[in-house]
Amino acid sequence: MSKKDTSRSAPPRKGSRAGFHKKGRKAWSKFKIILATGVAAIFAILFLMPIILTITNSFMAASEISANYGSVFETTESGGKVYISEKVNLKFIPDMVSFSQYITVLFKSPEYLLKFWNSVILVGPIVLFQLIVATLASYGFARYRGRIREIIFFMYIILMLMPYQVTLVPNYLVSDWLNILDTNWAIWLPGIFSPFAVFLLTKFMRRIPTSVIEAAQIDGAGEWQIYRQICMPLCRGAICSAAILVFIDYWNMVEQPLILLTDVEMHPLSVFLSRINKGEIGLAFAVATIYMVPSLLVFLYGEEYLVDGITYQGGIKG
Amino acid sequence: MLKLKDKSNIKEQRGSNTNLLHNTKKLRNTKNTRITKKTRNTKKLRNTKRLRKQKLGSGLYIAPSLLGVLVFFIFPFIVIIYYSMVDNPINGEFVFLDNFIKVSANGAFQTAVYNTVTFSLVAVPLAVVLSLMLAIMLESRMPFRSQFRTFFLSPMMVPVASVVLIWRVLFHFNGAVNDLLISLGGPKIDWLKSGYSHIVIVLLFLWKNLGYNMILFMAALASIPKDILEVARLESATPLQTFFYIKVRYLSSTVLFVTIMSLINSFKVFREIYLLSGDYPYDTLYMLQHFMNNTFRSLDYQKLSAAAIMMSIVMIIIIGILFLVESHFGKDVEG
Repeated sequence: MSKKDTSRSAPPRKGSRAGFHKKGRKAWSKFKIILATGVAAIFAILFLMPIILTITNSFMAASEISANYGSVFETTESGGKVYISEKVNLKFIPDMVSFSQYITVLFKSPEYLLKFWNSVILVGPIVLFQLIVATLASYGFARYRGRIREIIFFMYIILMLMPYQVTLVPNYLVSDWLNILDTNWAIWLPGIFSPFAVFLLTKFMRRIPTSVIEAAQIDGAGEWQIYRQICMPLCRGAICSAAILVFIDYWNMVEQPLILLTDVEMHPLSVFLSRINKGEIGLAFAVATIYMVPSLLVFLYGEEYLVDGITYQGGIKG
Repeated sequence: MLKLKDKSNIKEQRGSNTNLLHNTKKLRNTKNTRITKKTRNTKKLRNTKRLRKQKLGSGLYIAPSLLGVLVFFIFPFIVIIYYSMVDNPINGEFVFLDNFIKVSANGAFQTAVYNTVTFSLVAVPLAVVLSLMLAIMLESRMPFRSQFRTFFLSPMMVPVASVVLIWRVLFHFNGAVNDLLISLGGPKIDWLKSGYSHIVIVLLFLWKNLGYNMILFMAALASIPKDILEVARLESATPLQTFFYIKVRYLSSTVLFVTIMSLINSFKVFREIYLLSGDYPYDTLYMLQHFMNNTFRSLDYQKLSAAAIMMSIVMIIIIGILFLVESHFGKDVEG
């Protein structure tokens, strides 16, 4: 491939050959685009397949699910009545579109909705308060860069880079001392003070030109006014980005509830979903889809913010 | 402090040619008279005072966050250092490195370290290289670019728990992938309960993380100055040459960042493993987080803290090395 690449970008040399080169070059670049599109399409299908399958399968009736996937999940409830094939039949489109799974989840078995509510209750306050704390702190970090602040900020970065295996031990200890183990506070408090959003927003706020802030200062604005009326409006996009990234992280959490909440009833759906393999497999896809909906909605409306957020995180000017 | 002095100088200068700025003339003038009235000493004093007030004022904004970080992360971490060096919290007898030696000798810990390291060694380079390839691919002039970006990014947004069911259907012993293999004449593989489970987890990891890395690379590629690429093209550099001599250099800080992020995310792969196969997965999938979870259950503080400290030290060393490598590579490029 590299050989042909060479011929493509080499400038045409002599008379009659130049035309030939030009033609070949055009064809080759066209071919390359088609090839790239093809590869991208294959990747896209692979990337999307699990998501689409989960959604379409949520519209299958329970009997169809156990008929198709019975051999995987070893359902026992269907007994001898339903034929369970040895193999799985992976289907994109259900034989018969049915909302029975959703009806069962939404109206007949409230435990899933309860777990969903657990997720909301755990994630909502974390996103809200982490952002409040973080906008304040990042204003402080961006406003003035002294040595002490640089050291503190460096500490935040190190902390952000630590895996859960490390940070959960201190979190557990404090929760134990404060007697908040097995309560939502054990998840909320470390989540709220997690340094991630501070890092992201500081990176953004440092890009606000100092002249803007100085101008405000000359006009007699105090710190609070500068924060409220200049930095916050300028940072609206960055705050959305941070909110989305924090939301995904916590909507997906598994480690923290497993360690900090021993009461299974309090677990969010992200943990609980893995436990419905026995018996209730017919519902699983509907529950999974319902759990996906909030994050997909966020993605749908906030993709640009998400992309921007990732870009700020990398410190690359977008 | 020095900065501020400069600023007031600039203001004075600006004040002298007032003929341009009518709007703020008044304000400037009053300021100038005030400055000229006072001696240099008092001006300095006032400046430091104001600066100190400013520093303190903006410093207060950090306080809530810093307090939380200190209480929930830093202070307990110091206690953990203490715990890791005593025989038990009540007795408090100093044993120095005994706990570390005990943990390192622990069989489960060794398996966990081995598995985590092999996983990261395979998954992180793959995640970096493949996402860079995707980013370069999307950089070319092909149709539906923004759609492809959305598609590649979507796995990041989907909670793992939601798609784990499908992954089970795919990779179960009686699952869809095996069906495909058999129809192609291949062997039936027990994907989740054999050495092959590593492959499944690597795939799941890549599926989840490629989009994120790709966005970082796309932004970095877009930020390479166009004129440099143009010069390279005019000098008839091959695409490969442009890639290795120009792009890689400009990308080096991003490569570093992507590597660090992938490394951190590779430690999070416990989620996928837990959701796929529960508390006690197949042996090769027993990760450090499993070890920590099981240790939490027995609440052996010494073991926990020794393990946590060892991990944090290793993380800091790895990140430090990566930073050194990056600063060596990318030192002659700005940005």
